[in-house]
Amino acid sequence: MTTEERKTDIGPPNYEKFLHPIIKENYGKWKYHETLKPGVLVHVSETGASIYTVRGGSPRLVSVDFIRMICDLADKYCDGYLRFTSRNNIEFLLANKENIDPLIGELNSNGIPVGGTNNAISNIVHTQGWVHCHSAATDASGLVKAVMDELYDYFTTMKLPHKLRIAVACCLNMCGAVHCSDIAILGIHRRPPNINHEALKNMCEVPTTISSCPTAAIRPATVEGIQSVEVDEDKCMYCGNCFTVCPAMPIADPLNDGISIWVGGKVSNARTEPMFTKLAIPFIPNNPPRWPEVTGAVKNIVEVYAKHARKYERVGEWISRIGWPKFFDLTGLEFTKYHIDDFKHAGTTYRKTTQIRH
Amino acid sequence: MADEKERKTPLLDELEKGRWPSFVTDLKKIAERKPMVKDLLGQLELSYKEKKGHWKHGGLVGVRGYGGGVIGRYSDLPEQFPDVKMFHTTRVNQPSGWFYTTKALRELCDIWDKYGSGLTNVHGSTGDFVFLGSNTDVLESIFTDLSKAGWDLGGSGSDVRTPSCCNGPARCELACYDTLDMTYDLTTTYQDELHRPAFVYKWKFKMAGCPNDCVASIARSDLAVIGTWRDNIRIDQAAVKEYLDNGLDITSDVVLKCPNQCIRLEGNELSIKNEDCVKCMHCLNVMSKALRPGEDKGATILIGGKAPIMEGALLSSVLVPFMKMEKPYTEFKELIESIWEFWDEYGVARERIGECIQRVGLGNFVEAIGLEPIPQMVSQPRDNPYIFYEEYFEEGDEEE
Repeated sequence: MTTEERKTDIGPPNYEKFLHPIIKENYGKWKYHETLKPGVLVHVSETGASIYTVRGGSPRLVSVDFIRMICDLADKYCDGYLRFTSRNNIEFLLANKENIDPLIGELNSNGIPVGGTNNAISNIVHTQGWVHCHSAATDASGLVKAVMDELYDYFTTMKLPHKLRIAVACCLNMCGAVHCSDIAILGIHRRPPNINHEALKNMCEVPTTISSCPTAAIRPATVEGIQSVEVDEDKCMYCGNCFTVCPAMPIADPLNDGISIWVGGKVSNARTEPMFTKLAIPFIPNNPPRWPEVTGAVKNIVEVYAKHARKYERVGEWISRIGWPKFFDLTGLEFTKYHIDDFKHAGTTYRKTTQIRH
Repeated sequence: MADEKERKTPLLDELEKGRWPSFVTDLKKIAERKPMVKDLLGQLELSYKEKKGHWKHGGLVGVRGYGGGVIGRYSDLPEQFPDVKMFHTTRVNQPSGWFYTTKALRELCDIWDKYGSGLTNVHGSTGDFVFLGSNTDVLESIFTDLSKAGWDLGGSGSDVRTPSCCNGPARCELACYDTLDMTYDLTTTYQDELHRPAFVYKWKFKMAGCPNDCVASIARSDLAVIGTWRDNIRIDQAAVKEYLDNGLDITSDVVLKCPNQCIRLEGNELSIKNEDCVKCMHCLNVMSKALRPGEDKGATILIGGKAPIMEGALLSSVLVPFMKMEKPYTEFKELIESIWEFWDEYGVARERIGECIQRVGLGNFVEAIGLEPIPQMVSQPRDNPYIFYEEYFEEGDEEE
């Protein structure tokens, strides 16, 4: 190994060398696009040129062999050009319209669904889960697989009132940013961390550990002669932030960890402002390998939305129109005291009007 | 040893059923030549059985001269699963807009196949091309091979995280500025801040070409740059007529959905009262052929978005309603650097800029970074009278 070969701070390769020649020639000149069928787009330039896109689903956690397989297809049909979307779909970029159907045929025979455009459920954005994360309250890849198996037909068709975005995060850190999705599946802990005082002494800085707690539930304490900390259990909301800074405070608990379901978020500014998701189901036990209670709950919400929402209403917009009481009625979900916020700014969510549907 | 590795995975095997592509099938296939993946599947099967993860976090690992880009990961059952005793993550900075050639992707695959587990995330939540699972002793070699081929690492820890963007003007008619170029420019400008964590916490940039915000910048970045325009929506009346002829119900699907009721359809003629338009994008999304953003384009800059840890999730809020976004982005970079200077001085450990602003107050924050307070920054003026007045008179002050 020579040091000349080892260059630092060069940054990523310039994107320009990865752009399809048609894209390069028409960069910034696109006039409009149309969806030809589920998963197939055409973008038309002011110059009259067109580029076709075929969108395929991906598990996101993929091997190099999977990537080489999609490269073979992109070499055969796309002159070697492809991209990925912010929701981890694969987009094959085609110059030639005639190549669309043969490509779709080969994708399907390799087990890759084509769809995810317009009024469809696109790929699920998700986190690492038990595959690779220390703070996971559930698995992410397995949940996504089980949910997408159940909702597969909503990926390959465009029959929903509007687009529907699902995200999975395996703990409150929310690397999957589920807080603004139409439906969010969130792994949760329900018990305070279990403190290993002997290990804490060597592994953790007490002041940093104390300040890591958003609710000031952690206090210094001497336990059996060891300088350590204690947790005020009434103040703990199980975020696991202390575990991230202090490995001697593990929070995972197989008996109590599980899933919560949230609805009605969006990031787009279209029609209505961006919205956070709101709690629909406070707890569903972890039930691997296929989490039937979670897939059932998500499917129910999707189907009720599909039946009752108007065209161009996202889940949150539909609920805003019909009201939350009606949402709980239609979905058959139970409204509990957990649905009423009791954290900071909780009062802003209380109903302060007599405008109620009876 | 070989026999011992013939692990049974009855729970995971259930995830080979069904129509969505199965990560288990993919992993089992590559496990035939990768002992690491065999042990990963073994440990994951145990997690499925016990309903509990088996990774330890942390551990300082990395490459020479860099403080970020590699995240240490260790199994908490190293004796049972020795091949995933170490299973570190390497983040490779993706190209803007996630555009690739197959040659580039194969190059990444070959490097990763040579040294690591062969498993990837395409892509990670922040945008990097993620190599998942390697030992410590190969990290330098991975880095050398990557840099020889023209790639570099992404961010991790308390640094600038890898910036990401939508596909912008490369393949979208709605892009109001060059998201790809700006992402590339910022990433290369702030290499030191990206590779050597020196902040109080992470800092994320996301560049979205229009208010549809396909990269979720408003929710997922500390600094969101969202394309917009100041002049009139361009209307092609012939295309409006074409939509009508093809059966689009413009009144119900467009006019009545406009949040500010600024669209009118009279006969075949569509008109827009642009002074009432808030650039929500709905009409442009529905009538792509007939409506286009105006020509005086730029971006709205929003600050402070984040997920819940620690003080609760935040959406970004408006800092600059409109800024021209043109190379070399000097005005934008000056703004960033004044924000970082403030955050450096006033931010406390593990406090994202959004939380810092909540603590000190947006009014104080904008004053400190040299911006004027303007009504575009809030949804309404305060409705409580608890005002901390900084100016007042004292007895004996001379009248002016």
